Amino acid sequence: MQLYLPIADIPVNVFLILAMGAAVGFVSGMFGIGGGFLMTPLLIFVGIAPAVAVASVASHIAASSFSGAISYWRRRSIDPLLAAVLLTGGTIGTALGVWTFTLLRSLGQLDLLIATSYVILLTTVGGLMFWEGLRALLRARRGGAATIRRPGSHGWIHGLPLKMRFKRSKIYLSVIPVVVIGLIIGFIGAVMGIGGGFILVPLMIYVLRVPTSTVVGTSMVLTLVTMVFATMLHAVTNHLVDAVLALILMVGGVTGAQFGARAGQKIRGEHLRLLLGLLVLSVGVRFAIELGVRPNDLFTVRETGGGG
Amino acid sequence: MIARASLILASLLLGVGLAASPAGAERLIVSVSNHRVTVTPNYSGEELVLFGSVEKDATTPAGRTYDLVVTVSGPRADMVTRRKERKFGIWINTDSRQFLKVPTYLALFSNRPFDVIAPPEVQRRQQLGLKNVLLTQRVGPDYADVVPDDPFRSAFVRLRTEHGLYREAQSAVTFLTPTLFRTGIPLPGEVPIGTYDVEIKLFADGALVTRTETAFEIVKVGFEQFIANAARNNGFTYGLVTAFMALMTGWMASIVFRKD
Repeated sequence: MQLYLPIADIPVNVFLILAMGAAVGFVSGMFGIGGGFLMTPLLIFVGIAPAVAVASVASHIAASSFSGAISYWRRRSIDPLLAAVLLTGGTIGTALGVWTFTLLRSLGQLDLLIATSYVILLTTVGGLMFWEGLRALLRARRGGAATIRRPGSHGWIHGLPLKMRFKRSKIYLSVIPVVVIGLIIGFIGAVMGIGGGFILVPLMIYVLRVPTSTVVGTSMVLTLVTMVFATMLHAVTNHLVDAVLALILMVGGVTGAQFGARAGQKIRGEHLRLLLGLLVLSVGVRFAIELGVRPNDLFTVRETGGGG
Repeated sequence: MIARASLILASLLLGVGLAASPAGAERLIVSVSNHRVTVTPNYSGEELVLFGSVEKDATTPAGRTYDLVVTVSGPRADMVTRRKERKFGIWINTDSRQFLKVPTYLALFSNRPFDVIAPPEVQRRQQLGLKNVLLTQRVGPDYADVVPDDPFRSAFVRLRTEHGLYREAQSAVTFLTPTLFRTGIPLPGEVPIGTYDVEIKLFADGALVTRTETAFEIVKVGFEQFIANAARNNGFTYGLVTAFMALMTGWMASIVFRKD
């Protein structure tokens, strides 16, 4: 069934978009990541202008993370205090990121910087998670403790002042690293145009030692707030949010996210981390190949402004 | 068939502007089947038909055979063509050229190959064919078109052609009688919204005899128009509604799929 999108200005197949939304929603519900790094390239592939794709995906992620967050909330897998502290850092980070973005654009070479940092970030994070997940799995196979909370591994992070008790996550931790991590995510998100869930989840697991049970739900709250703001920002500044496209993506996305969240609860922690690591790594490798291999077409055409 | 076409033509004549050539020998009368293409949710492109007739008068030399070139150009926009190059071991956009106010849609139709219609000099002057159409580029401080085989220009034309937005067909115009002609104007779903100019040029013996123009527009109506206007004029409200819609959809899903 073809439907003409009012802002993207092209006809699309509704069922294809619905299926894409559901598939990405499933992944996002399962791992507590936004999934924007998967959805945006898919939409561009279908023929939607990149700017419209990025702007509309933000609202799609808001919907699926909200639906996911509700179901995690019911299972008491969200730490509201932790989310609030992370958001404080995130807000500052986003403002810094937008400022840096403007600065970098005036210096030129922004494309190169974004492309390379994207690859480095995805492959490093993905590789580390995959490796750790694999080791945890092997340990479990051998009958050892499949926990990442190794005794005596309280590093310098746990020696920082301003400690706070995050009851839901059952951790007693300084707010400084939490705010800093929120800041990093906000910064990276604004500079690279991604939600940052796939970096936040591993950072929370490995640096903050937040138990896997509350990581996903809490990360989802952060994604939700960021994406609602992003939707507003895109709608007000460049008027490129396609509400019809967004609605189709949302309906597919929330359905997928529900099943994804359920699947995520069933899978064991180390399996989940292994799968997420594999996913992030493969996207990173795909980008790396794209940069390293001579493209089929060296030329691209992009509209830069209406001339009437 | 011819009689029916003439009948359609006759009924069209009332609403059509007549273009008289200064020479006064021939006159072109044309009309498109639809001057206002409306975009509704189920719009997925359309094909228009251009009808026309060559009117002769007493001064017209007898036994002339005519050639026609139809140029359809869509709303103009600035575009940039980028070229990737290997730099620091990776492929990255390096060089780029800006095309200024070039048609977003461009179609060139004729009844036979341009080379047969007119000599190269006339083809260039009359912008016959994609290789002769003026596409202004900004080259440093200058504004100019470049040679047809310029890599950026040919890549630009090639990419637009691949998307069906630039096209050239040298046998698309059909003469139903020696003076009555028609051609189809295919508009794929991705064509931009806006006003389209149609220019019809009549050639005889390799020279331009007369020309005329007409136009049609592609407009969003109803729901499509409402959404587009809301997004442009009330960005804040539009954003709020979209964000609210996202939250509602998410909430609905969690109710629908609730197990207990």
